[in-house]
Formats: sequence, structure tokens, C-alpha cells
Amino acid sequence: MGKRSNEPFLWALFSSGGVVAALLIPVLLFLYGLAFPLGWLEAPSYQSTLALVRHPLTRLVLFVLCSLPLFHWAHRFRFTLYDGLQIKHLNEVINVLCYGGAIIGTALGGYLLWNIP
Amino acid sequence: MNQTPAYTERHPRWYRTRVSTYWWTGQWSYFKFTLRELTSLSVAYFVIILLLQLRALVRGPEAYAQFQEWLKTPLMIALNAVGLFFVLFHTITWFNLAPKAMVIRVRGKRVPNLMIAAPNYVAWLVISAAVAWVLLGGR
Amino acid sequence: MAETITLEVARYRPEQETQPTFESFEVPLRKDWVVLDALNHIKDRVDGSLSYRWSCRMGVCGSCGMMVNGEPKLTCATFLSHYTPGPIRVEPLRYFPIVRDLVIEMTDFMVKLKSVKPWIVRDEEKPLSEGEYLQKPSELDAYKQFSMCINCMLCYAACPVYGLDQHFIGPAAIALAQRYNMDSRDQGSQLRLDILSQHEGIWGCTFVGECTEACPKGVDPAGAIQQYKLTATKEWFKNFLMPWRAE
Repeated sequence: MGKRSNEPFLWALFSSGGVVAALLIPVLLFLYGLAFPLGWLEAPSYQSTLALVRHPLTRLVLFVLCSLPLFHWAHRFRFTLYDGLQIKHLNEVINVLCYGGAIIGTALGGYLLWNIP
Repeated sequence: MNQTPAYTERHPRWYRTRVSTYWWTGQWSYFKFTLRELTSLSVAYFVIILLLQLRALVRGPEAYAQFQEWLKTPLMIALNAVGLFFVLFHTITWFNLAPKAMVIRVRGKRVPNLMIAAPNYVAWLVISAAVAWVLLGGR
Repeated sequence: MAETITLEVARYRPEQETQPTFESFEVPLRKDWVVLDALNHIKDRVDGSLSYRWSCRMGVCGSCGMMVNGEPKLTCATFLSHYTPGPIRVEPLRYFPIVRDLVIEMTDFMVKLKSVKPWIVRDEEKPLSEGEYLQKPSELDAYKQFSMCINCMLCYAACPVYGLDQHFIGPAAIALAQRYNMDSRDQGSQLRLDILSQHEGIWGCTFVGECTEACPKGVDPAGAIQQYKLTATKEWFKNFLMPWRAE
């Protein structure tokens, strides 16, 4: 039996990240990125946002939203660099930057969500 | 042959065309594929904005107000608009390709791709509506 | 319709040049002629030294794959009239080493194909006296699409990952592995999993999808690969969460 790669795990992260990103990011980016700043719709106040985010369920959803899409990016961008720039020989550096970045983002998200006042 | 015979590996007279660094500009399908892959950058961009928003939330109302002002600057509006375009491109290509990985057979016949993509789109609309409703004070 | 059309044919004669060149030929433009007919005309009446592969001339042997105007095509199934007024550029199949003119070296594909064990693998063969393996139409349906592959390698010429990554097994090999994995008579899924699960085996695939576009037999190798990724991932999680499962 040959050595089996751990790529399937990374692909699972990529796939689930892709689903989370596809379902949740468009509406959130539309609202917070365009509708609220441009005044098309009324932005929720600091207090109501805080009240919403405090809820454990919201924190969980936001944690997932900070984490999985970053792993989606990490995996996809890694292959974009391999194939697009043909720098596959730098794969160790690329892997560390991509997955490392995703881990840091996840950790930051966890830390911030833990410390919501 | 169990493995490539040694002589075939580096036969000197065969011409091996080197794949250009710009292979992805060579045909429209390759270019569209590359754009699709680059949508991952807009996904990461959103997470960064989200993290900044959470940080502002943790720091208090002044920091949050500052964050909201920052989002109103023309640069951020432009970046967000471009980001939204690419994120939507991600969503649509994702839902259209998902059926390829899942072969579902009902009573022996393969469920057509549209029937697998459609529920994804419906879920997307429902979830988006729910999120918007919560954020716009519907709770 | 015009009388003739120009073919710009790639030539490579390693004994006299170090790089491929192009040579233009005027061939008759007949409405029922395909590119292969034009090449045969050139070889028969203009330049007998032109080298290329072909056999059945009807799209079932997979020999005549070449790049026609930058797209991988079976030259026996590509009509000249589709490209009027021309010229038509005919080049050897992309991402393979060129041996001579339009002939490519395909050992890499043959090795990769063999490595996935594209045959029925049984733990134990049934004795002859027990008769043949029976299969329901629905069981045939499960793999039939992938069995239509004629090994023409157009999908390899379409796949940028195959061009960039020498370890990538490639669309046809994976589709054929799936063809046997999904065959109810086969018991070799675990065996193939070892080969395909290797770091470069299938995971280089980024679902460009061009292989499916290029396939002249509707095999949909891209679909086969994505299905296999899902299967391999499920297997990985099963092995991770339940390591006591005997292999």
C-alpha cells in the first residue's frame, strides 16, 4: 500500500469553504460593502450589532465564516500559484503562506469573537 | 512496460514545447477559468473586512463608527463593488459545477444537473433573505 | 465554395532542424472532406514525407488526434468546410513531446493509464463452471459513460495541468479508473485508491473542465475526476475516524 496523501482533507476544507462562501458572502458583502455605506439601507446600530454578535449561535456562524472561506482561498490560491506562475518548486513556501495565513485568520477570528464585550 | 524505459525519458531529438507563463491567456476558456480561480482572492478579502469589523466591534462604538466611515470612502466602495462581482462569480460557478461531483440516481436514472444545482440556488436565496431580514431589524 | 483551402501544417524533422516549422499546402476543398483527407492528399500527392497517425477514419480508434486551429480534434471528424476560408493550422497534439511532424510520443500516457489498473480486478475469480458475471442494466449504466473512452488523448491536450505538472495522471486515466471502480464486477477500488490518492495522482486537477469539452465521445472525464475526489475524500475520513477498519 503506497503512501496516501492528506490532500483529501485539504480538499474537504476547500469544498466546505466554497459552500459557506457561496451561500453567505454575497449578501453580507452587498449589505456591508455597498448598501449600508451608500445609504441604500439603514445600517444596524453598534448596540444592535453587538447584541446580535453576542449570541453564541451568531459567534459560531461568524467563526465558521472567518475560517472555512480562508481555507477555501488557501487551497485555491495555492494551485493558482502552482499553475499560473509555474512556481510549484516553491511549494513549501506557498503551502506555509497559504495555509498558514488561513490558520492565522482563523485564530484572529476566534480571538475576536471570544472577546466581544 | 512497468515504468517508462530510461531511453524515453530524455530522448534528445524529441521536441518538448515549453508551456508559456501566459498559457492562461491563450484561449478564452482558460482565461475564464483563471478568473474563476482568482475569485478566491475576493473571498479572502471579505474575511479580512469581516475581521476588521469584529475588531472594531470589540474596541467599542467610536472604533465601530470609524470603521463604518472607512467603508464609505470611494476606494472601499470600489473595492467592495469589484469584490462583490467576483464573489457572485464564485457563487454562480460553484453552484453550476457542484452537480458534476455528485451523481445521484433515483430509480436507476441519473438526476439531471439542473435538479442538483437548483436547490443550491434556492438555499442561497433563502439564506440571503434570512440574513438580510435579521440585519435589517426584522427579529 | 472556393476550390481550395490552405493548410498550415507543422513540420519537425529532427535530423535537419532543431525546432518545429510550418509548411503551407493548398488542398482541394471538398464539402465531404475532413482534415485527415487533406493530410492524406498531401502525403499521397504533394509530400510523401509528412508523418502522422491515423487508422479507422471514423472516430473510434483514437489515433488521429491533433491540434486544429489550436483546439484538440480528431482529424477524421473535423470538416474542412467548417474552417473556410481558412487557413487551417494543423499541429501535433499539445503537451506531448513531438517525435516528428504531427507524431507525438505517448509513452507517458500509456504508463499512467496502466498504473490505474484499467481492468476488472477480482479478489477471487469465479470458476468457469459458475458461468458469467451477471449485470443489471442499471449496473451497466453506472459506468457506461466512462467506458466510451477511445484513448485519443484529446483530453490531455486540453488539460493545462497535464502540461504543467508531469506527475498528474490525467483525465482519461482517471475516467477509466472510475469506469472500473463503478463496475459491479470489479473489486479493485481500494487498490486503485492507493495509486490515485498519491499526492499528484488526481489532486493536481483544478477542474478546468476543458477535458470534457474536448472529448469526442462524451465521456466527461472532468465529472469522473470530481466524483473520484469525493470518493477519495470520503475514504480518507473513514480511515481517519475509524482506523481500525481492516484494509
